[in-house]
Amino acid sequence: MSVLSVKNITIQFGGLTAVDKFNLNLESHELVGLIGPNGAGKTTIFNMLTGVYVPTSGDIILNGESIIKKSTHDIVKLGAARTFQNIRLFKDLTAIENVKIAYHNFIDYNLIQGMFRTKKFWTEEKKAQDECLKLLEIFNMGGYANTLAKNLPYGQQRRLEIARALASEPKVLMLDEPAAGMNPNETAELMETIHFIREKFDITILLIEHDMKLVMGICERIVVVDYGKTIAEGTPDEIKNNPEVIRAYLGD
Amino acid sequence: MDKNKRRAYMINTIAIITLYLAFFILIQTKTMNKYFIGIAILTCIMIIMAMSLNIVAGFLGEMALGHAGFMAIGAYSSASFSIALFNSGIILPDLVVLILAMIVGGTMAGIFGILIGTPTLRLRGDYLGIVTIGFSEIIRIFFINFQPTGGAAGLKGITRLVNFNNVYWITIVIAILIFTFGRSKQGRAIISIREDEIASESAGVPTTRYKVLAFSLAAFFAGLGGALYAHYIAFLEPSKFNFMFSIEMFVIVVLGGLGSLTGSIISAIVLTILPEMLRGFAQYRLLVYSLVLIIMMIFRPQGIFGRTEFSLTGAIDILILRKNTKKSVGGGKS
Repeated sequence: MSVLSVKNITIQFGGLTAVDKFNLNLESHELVGLIGPNGAGKTTIFNMLTGVYVPTSGDIILNGESIIKKSTHDIVKLGAARTFQNIRLFKDLTAIENVKIAYHNFIDYNLIQGMFRTKKFWTEEKKAQDECLKLLEIFNMGGYANTLAKNLPYGQQRRLEIARALASEPKVLMLDEPAAGMNPNETAELMETIHFIREKFDITILLIEHDMKLVMGICERIVVVDYGKTIAEGTPDEIKNNPEVIRAYLGD
Repeated sequence: MDKNKRRAYMINTIAIITLYLAFFILIQTKTMNKYFIGIAILTCIMIIMAMSLNIVAGFLGEMALGHAGFMAIGAYSSASFSIALFNSGIILPDLVVLILAMIVGGTMAGIFGILIGTPTLRLRGDYLGIVTIGFSEIIRIFFINFQPTGGAAGLKGITRLVNFNNVYWITIVIAILIFTFGRSKQGRAIISIREDEIASESAGVPTTRYKVLAFSLAAFFAGLGGALYAHYIAFLEPSKFNFMFSIEMFVIVVLGGLGSLTGSIISAIVLTILPEMLRGFAQYRLLVYSLVLIIMMIFRPQGIFGRTEFSLTGAIDILILRKNTKKSVGGGKS
């Protein structure tokens, strides 16, 4: 069953066509890589998938529902979560508060109950605390729960961002350059984490990455874009030997 | 509730009651004359105003410079309500009338908060600041020209219902409600917008709705403050709610620390009492006042407490027990 299907999306900024008739079909439980040279339009595609940009034409279907023109938070509710190329954590909040904010939609009490701290407030907050702590522990970050996000080491910040994305219980997780700025050890650890969360949460993962070792190592399928167009699609081995891809990366 | 929390609750309750008893004794023994009681009441009102402004300026992190406008709406609507109630001949206990008038004032201000917030919160930073100034000026000029509430001559004949006893407890209740709001899921969502709006939206927080919520809730509490003000001063004139009054409130919040409610309380106390203390040498009053602000901005630009809260239990631990406990966030009310 396809979880996310993108049909011919195009976006134009003024006269510039940033993405041109892009197609993508994500099956359930797949791990797909999206690669391409700098400026190819990868992040723009992500921004369209998460409702930040509205495509000029085309359609995006998530879980059988069109998400074109839906706002970002509605798309998150429908099951698509993302991380950012440059980490965007809530820096002055603790790690667990960061996760709780994304868990927001599963905490069920209203403004009055919250302000007067009724019984419902305490039970729901307790539930949120337990669930979010469990999630942090999956990422081996239980000990950092009360550390301010800005004081976490870089690798932990990346992991916290993934944990936060998972707190909204997505069906599709989109990772925008998760290995950016990581050393080879951290990257190897990240590869394990990505594998692990796919099995653990049974989700589909779409990732943008420049680190070829990571992409070739874990992706089942790779889509290569250049100048907003898909130039190749296939397994890592097919991509490695595709002349179009080599030309895009290395020139003629 | 764990043991630490229960202890914090107990210590804070004791502190609140002790403070009240101290004032009670001072008033009963006539050590505090009418003038000082008046300052204490105005301080309580300013605490409410500063804390409510902190919801927008501190939690949401937006510059709102029109808080006096919402206070004016609360003051005028509650005063009109209580005047109408007394004229209708219905006899109710004073406290009931005051609470009803406060609800009317708060609700009216809250409604205007939604009406003004919905279109203006698309703007950010300085632009929002300017638009909010504009709206509060519109409100002020409306009251100057609106004859049913006295126009420029002011609204007379409001029954004085506020005394130190009731304003103290009302302030405590409002302070606690704003505290608990900041620590609820809604408060957390609003703080996340301050931290990073794009990330907040991507985490599934409907940011626009929460911005309007923060704005209208701040207006609601400002309306409550306005209602108390109206029923204390017993005479309303539109010129009181001018731009400088908004700025005064904003200064209190900034000085206390954006996002720190205890900071707002303490700086509201200092900045309401300071000008009164300086009445003796009136010509230097503004000089000293601005000097305090300048010194503050040089040595502690983040405000008295920055973004952290003053915790009474934490202070006791450090001072008396000499425990090396970290200054904990939350729980502290003074």
